[in-house]
Amino acid sequence: MHLSESISSGFFFLAPWLVFAPVTGLLINLIFSKSFKFSENMVGAVASLASGAAFIVSALLAYSVSLNHGEAVSVPFAQWIHIGTLQLDWTFRVDSLSTTMMLVVSGVGTLIHIYAIGYMHEDVRFKHEEGRFTRFFLFLNLFIAAMMILVSGDSYMMLFVGWEGVGLCSFLLIGFWFEMDTLARPSWANSNAAKKAFITNRVGDFGFLIAGFLMFWYLGNSFQFDKVFEAAKTAPPEIIVAITLFMLIGVAGKSAQIPLYIWLPDAMAGPTPVSALIHAATMVTAGVYLVTRSAPLYTLVPQAQYIVAMVGAGTALFAATIAVGQYDIKKVLAYSTISQLGFMVAAVGMGAYVAGMFHLITHAFFKALLFLSAGSVILGLERGHHAHAHHAAHDDNGKKKKEGKKKEEHGNHDDHGGVEHGETFDPGDMRNMGGMRKTMPVTFWLYMIGTLALAGIFPFAGFWSKDEILLDASLHFSSVYWQLTIAAFFTAFYMGRQIWMVFFGEARTDAAKHAQESPKVMTLPLVVLAVLSVVGGALNLPFEGFHNLTHWLSHTLGEVEGLPLNVPVAGISTGLALLAILISWFIYGRNPLKVNQPDPLKKPLGFIFTGMENKWFVDEGYFAVIINPFKKISAFLADVIDWRFWHDFVHDTVILGTYNWLSEIALNEYADQKGIDAFANWLGDATQSVSATLRKLQNGFVRSYALSVLLGVVLILGYLIFK
Amino acid sequence: MNTVPVDYYVILSAVLFTIGAMGVLIRRNPLIIFMSIELMLNAANLVFVAYASVFQSFSGQIFVFFVIAVAAAEVAVGLALIVQIFKAKKNINVDELNSLKG
Repeated sequence: MHLSESISSGFFFLAPWLVFAPVTGLLINLIFSKSFKFSENMVGAVASLASGAAFIVSALLAYSVSLNHGEAVSVPFAQWIHIGTLQLDWTFRVDSLSTTMMLVVSGVGTLIHIYAIGYMHEDVRFKHEEGRFTRFFLFLNLFIAAMMILVSGDSYMMLFVGWEGVGLCSFLLIGFWFEMDTLARPSWANSNAAKKAFITNRVGDFGFLIAGFLMFWYLGNSFQFDKVFEAAKTAPPEIIVAITLFMLIGVAGKSAQIPLYIWLPDAMAGPTPVSALIHAATMVTAGVYLVTRSAPLYTLVPQAQYIVAMVGAGTALFAATIAVGQYDIKKVLAYSTISQLGFMVAAVGMGAYVAGMFHLITHAFFKALLFLSAGSVILGLERGHHAHAHHAAHDDNGKKKKEGKKKEEHGNHDDHGGVEHGETFDPGDMRNMGGMRKTMPVTFWLYMIGTLALAGIFPFAGFWSKDEILLDASLHFSSVYWQLTIAAFFTAFYMGRQIWMVFFGEARTDAAKHAQESPKVMTLPLVVLAVLSVVGGALNLPFEGFHNLTHWLSHTLGEVEGLPLNVPVAGISTGLALLAILISWFIYGRNPLKVNQPDPLKKPLGFIFTGMENKWFVDEGYFAVIINPFKKISAFLADVIDWRFWHDFVHDTVILGTYNWLSEIALNEYADQKGIDAFANWLGDATQSVSATLRKLQNGFVRSYALSVLLGVVLILGYLIFK
Repeated sequence: MNTVPVDYYVILSAVLFTIGAMGVLIRRNPLIIFMSIELMLNAANLVFVAYASVFQSFSGQIFVFFVIAVAAAEVAVGLALIVQIFKAKKNINVDELNSLKG
């Protein structure tokens, strides 16, 4: 290693600030925001600047790597565990792959921080918990720090530390409104969603841990990437297969793949910036990053690669079908995220690491854009709902009186009138929307850009990245290719459905009629993301002389040939996407949904639509197969084994019974008085008589004591002399 | 130079010690008892210096200094006690000081 010289050229010494910049922001907000009475903007500015600083550091590191001709540099930072020959250090690995991830995480993360200032300002007020504003930004900064640890680690151990850190932040942020459900009614629904995410991730982490143990045991007693990859070259292939497949379990947990994807839709219980940052753009891509990082392992075992690719492709298709049947604007995007993650996992499974990373980057842009725009739509609707309710309350005093009781129950609805529409209004339900292109024009256009990018329409970013994956699949894995192509078709369809349902037609509720556009602090970051979603494809254009990302990543992943544009593949996918949007127009656009009208697909598709609407009953299946039997076993263990067997039988019957029986036999009155009492009395009498004898020695004459001392000395001396 | 054999010192010391011990055991006047104790201490001192001179070592002599110092302290405390006892009892007969008897 020639570390010192590499570090001296460039900005590699800044690497620890990737983690410590967000941590500094966190600490400032944590320690000073209360005592110095930071305003909300101040808290948001500190957090955003901290994240922005991480972005600047990432950019400087990327620049340094390019100065260094793409050579990877390890920046040792701290010793962690040193036991004998085992040495686990916190070392930063700065190479083209990790800097790419850093740029995506901190770049998109900073934009979302800024957006969240505007979003959370209103969200905490709608939920009457203004004090929680700061907490949100603490968690966001913590997340950026943990994600940076993940992507910058030099060993699987540090990667795992970050992996768990982002899992924790995900848990904290999904359960941000832990005492309510998504409609702000008192309930444990949100905290249950957080628990579900955490526990499902634990299942995946278990796989990752097993992979880590196997790796440590068989691959050179190290977690360090280079050492592991070096040792893997001579290791038996079945070990590598086991390691990579256990790792796949971890990937399935974190990146929401079959069979562990079920937590991600529920994770939408978190505030929308969280959905955009953690559950779409960054954290869930950690699995894709892990496979890409472990490329030298996966490349050794094609059979494992095949399984990864099939899992990814299956997830892409399966989740896309569910997205068609969802009504919640964020749920559609959540299933879309799962589906797109499936694309990435399929890509890295096929060995198309660059294509997977490319899609990861563009997806971070357009899915963050879509989620944040959806957040803007939801808030716009909520504003409309409250404005309308306020309005109506002034108009109709009788109604207000009637609702007075309800208002008291709901507590602090003071300046919003508190008029309810019978049941709680759901601002995330697309059936409550409609015609919002007129009320929220900026958001509409941003959403359109995100949709076109996601649907893979030329020349938006998604077109290039998705096409690269499809092209790779068409060359190597035809089954993966067909699954992904159909998934792409569904993607365009459900996004078209969403656009028609949300933005076109007539407003289906008063709230949608009175929806208001979001402030600039929310729309400006969206504009940046929209620009990136349009031009993001330029990172890796499939033409001679471009392929920038391919060249850049080849320093880490080895030389890969940049594939030229394949017109039939691109044509088929784009044609299918356009066809899907056209069909969605026929169904949802031509005749807009009316109030209380069921989904027009419900009748013709019948049980298929019911399946899609209910997520193919996977959750119910898990409940039937795993959770309910588990609960039954627990109940059995608690009731029968613990309570009835141990408590009632062993303790009460056997031990207590034996004791009682023994007491009656051995401790009856006769034994007590004649045996134990007599012994105790004898003891007392004996003590008394002995002491009566002995007290005579204590006669009070000094001279007799002196005589005793003298005799004692004589005795001891005599013993010493004559022994 | 003719030196006195060390045996003589030891015998003398033993005699002195015995006289002292007898005095402590037999006499009832605490002043006499104290004098007898001094006799015993000085018997020990005599052996110390005798052997110090035989072995040409200073440690025995140093012990003697300590013994003298401690004996002086002991006498100081003892005399004070005797004065107090006399104030209380108008009498210093040790055989009458038996209130600690069992």
